[in-house]
Amino acid sequence: MTPALIEALLFYLFAFMTLGAAGFVVRAANPVHSVLYLIFAFFNTAALFLLLGAEFLAMIQIIVYVGAVAVLFLFVVMMLNINFTEIRENLARYWVIGFLLGMVLLIELIAGISSYQYAPEAWRQAVANPIPGGVSNTEALGVLIYTDYIYAFQTAGLILLVAMIGAIVLTHRKRKGVKKQNITQQIRRTAKNAIEVKKIEPGEGV
Amino acid sequence: MMIGLLHYLVLAASLFTIGIFGIFLNRKNVIIMLMSIELMLLAVNINLVAFSNYMNDLVGQIFALFVLTVAAAEAAIGLAILVVYSRRRGSIEVEDINQMKG
Repeated sequence: MTPALIEALLFYLFAFMTLGAAGFVVRAANPVHSVLYLIFAFFNTAALFLLLGAEFLAMIQIIVYVGAVAVLFLFVVMMLNINFTEIRENLARYWVIGFLLGMVLLIELIAGISSYQYAPEAWRQAVANPIPGGVSNTEALGVLIYTDYIYAFQTAGLILLVAMIGAIVLTHRKRKGVKKQNITQQIRRTAKNAIEVKKIEPGEGV
Repeated sequence: MMIGLLHYLVLAASLFTIGIFGIFLNRKNVIIMLMSIELMLLAVNINLVAFSNYMNDLVGQIFALFVLTVAAAEAAIGLAILVVYSRRRGSIEVEDINQMKG
């Protein structure tokens, strides 16, 4: 077993598992199963990133996609409580056109990328930021992100902030009938306005 | 049996096609449509990282990181809209979402 053979075997293993999991995501009858297959696809893609030498992205993939996005999907699927068996009906209408369009797109893409020729002098030489040797992938990425791509990085942070505020504003609602403790009101309450003395004549009710 | 750039590109193209197919197939379920969009963004990321590795250029991985950020933000906003919509209408069918047309 040469290293190249092992790499090829691992690539085919992870690639076919990714594609199979992706197929189950779009075909699964239960959306909870769909989310679980999506998580499986994300893990396999992270393994592919490791094969490509992008360790930082592989770990970020697992943390962000599996830890945040997929769990968000799982929360929403379980929170909404929709009757999904009704939804599955009447599917055959879209199956044929979807399949045909997908096949046309796939054939076009594969024809396009396999007929592409790379000039040997341009390939791997005329690049803006070559991968440095001797430092880890994370360090190299950090050096580049915090210098040349700092504005893009800050914009990414801004996008996340806007998304967070937007999601909170959209889903937040004031509910009626909720008894909440109002501490200011409690503190401002004195014996003077809390107790009322009534003069009651003998023999009468309140 | 060398794994070249073409292998990764064909894998990403297949994944992208499955995402498009999922959008056509699940016309009634917005959650699975959002998951299909995530699959398509994943395919884009595979493309970027594969080119980054085979061209020996680190920038592809940085752009993959930004794609990941946008994908996370998009999923959060999309699911928030879905929750509001389902609270109001009691269903998540795409065909019901036609009340905002002018």
